[in-house]
Amino acid sequence: MSVLELDDVHREHGSGAGLVQALRGLSLTVLPGEFVAVMGPSGSGKSTLLNLAGGLITPTRGRVVVSGTDLTGMDVSARAALRRRAVGYVFQELNLIPSLTAAENVMLPRELDGVRTRRARADAMSALAEVGLVGEAGRFPEELSGGQRQRVAIARALVGERRLILADEPAGALDSRGGEEIMRVLRARCDAGAACLMVTHESRHAAWADRVVFLRDGLAVDSTEPAPGPEILLENR
Amino acid sequence: MSIRHSLLALLSRGPRYGYQLRSEFEAATGSTWPLNIGQVYSTLGRLERDGLVLGGGQDEEGRSVYTLTEKGAAEVRDWFATPLTRTERPRDELAVKLALALTSPGVDVRAVVQAQRSATLRAMRDLTRLKSSAEGPAWPLVLDSMIFQAEAEIRWLDHCEASLLHAAPPAPAPAAAPPVDEETDERARTR
Repeated sequence: MSVLELDDVHREHGSGAGLVQALRGLSLTVLPGEFVAVMGPSGSGKSTLLNLAGGLITPTRGRVVVSGTDLTGMDVSARAALRRRAVGYVFQELNLIPSLTAAENVMLPRELDGVRTRRARADAMSALAEVGLVGEAGRFPEELSGGQRQRVAIARALVGERRLILADEPAGALDSRGGEEIMRVLRARCDAGAACLMVTHESRHAAWADRVVFLRDGLAVDSTEPAPGPEILLENR
Repeated sequence: MSIRHSLLALLSRGPRYGYQLRSEFEAATGSTWPLNIGQVYSTLGRLERDGLVLGGGQDEEGRSVYTLTEKGAAEVRDWFATPLTRTERPRDELAVKLALALTSPGVDVRAVVQAQRSATLRAMRDLTRLKSSAEGPAWPLVLDSMIFQAEAEIRWLDHCEASLLHAAPPAPAPAAAPPVDEETDERARTR
């Protein structure tokens, strides 16, 4: 079953003369274990796509299905509940709450899920272990490097049952090594079964994905096919 | 760089004589790659032998004029439609190709740009996959060098596309065409 499915999605903003067609019939499926990057010039519909995938907005036409649940016709609170249960976000910055430790930041969504503190802490520690930060669990964000903070944000996005990460320029504020560190973590999480939809303007980051979708004027103009295994390379060269 | 395809692309605008091909090529590429006239004529000879152009015509001033054949026109369409691979690429064929695409009739430059962008990104993804499993300190850095070169190319393609959005459609005059001067290349390399 796909983690995310967009089926002929249209989205308009504004009305009358101010009407903007942000997406014009986009279809996209993200499977478990798949890392999909979205590229395109500004105004091509990338942010609208992420907001739709996370249920923050609804399509004017078409269908958005997250973890088997069709968001069409759901009210705001039902969408919020699904979002909390199924989706994690990683943004360029402003990811962590400064007055909470790394572990407490990661625990937060679990506690909002209604999970008991002890269980939330255990979930947080295993999520931190997956991004290689168990030793930093007790540190505050300002005591961590930029790359470490983003890894905490990824742990938080995947804590508990969440299997879909929506990422908007997750390495945008980092230098090239820090950026690569984040891509390696996202890649590893996807190889372990999570799914990630990432908007980026950095081709070097998009190259970590299985597939890159190019948006222009609200349409997918091109998509690199899913990556074959690396053994293909050895046969050809 | 493919002189062969460049001449064919220029001939897709209409019949031309040798010196005219040379000056239009240099106008389209900002004189970055000077061609000598001997190269032009020897290439035309091979193109004629292969049935891609037809020689033997003369204009009113008695100059030998070459005309594109249907086979030659198909070869030009193929060249624009097929992205270059990173391994087979002679030095700056891509820059020449885009400069000529801009000034050739009936070529969808954005499609040329997008086809190349996809192909380069696929190459980059394959290199990235190799790197993620590469061992030792040296090999990953070699792969990085190839990845950064591919990245520079994609940035340049983005830049070309953005410039096209601002340029007045359709194709501008040949002399005003290409964003391929040395300075642009230099910046892409040092990024």
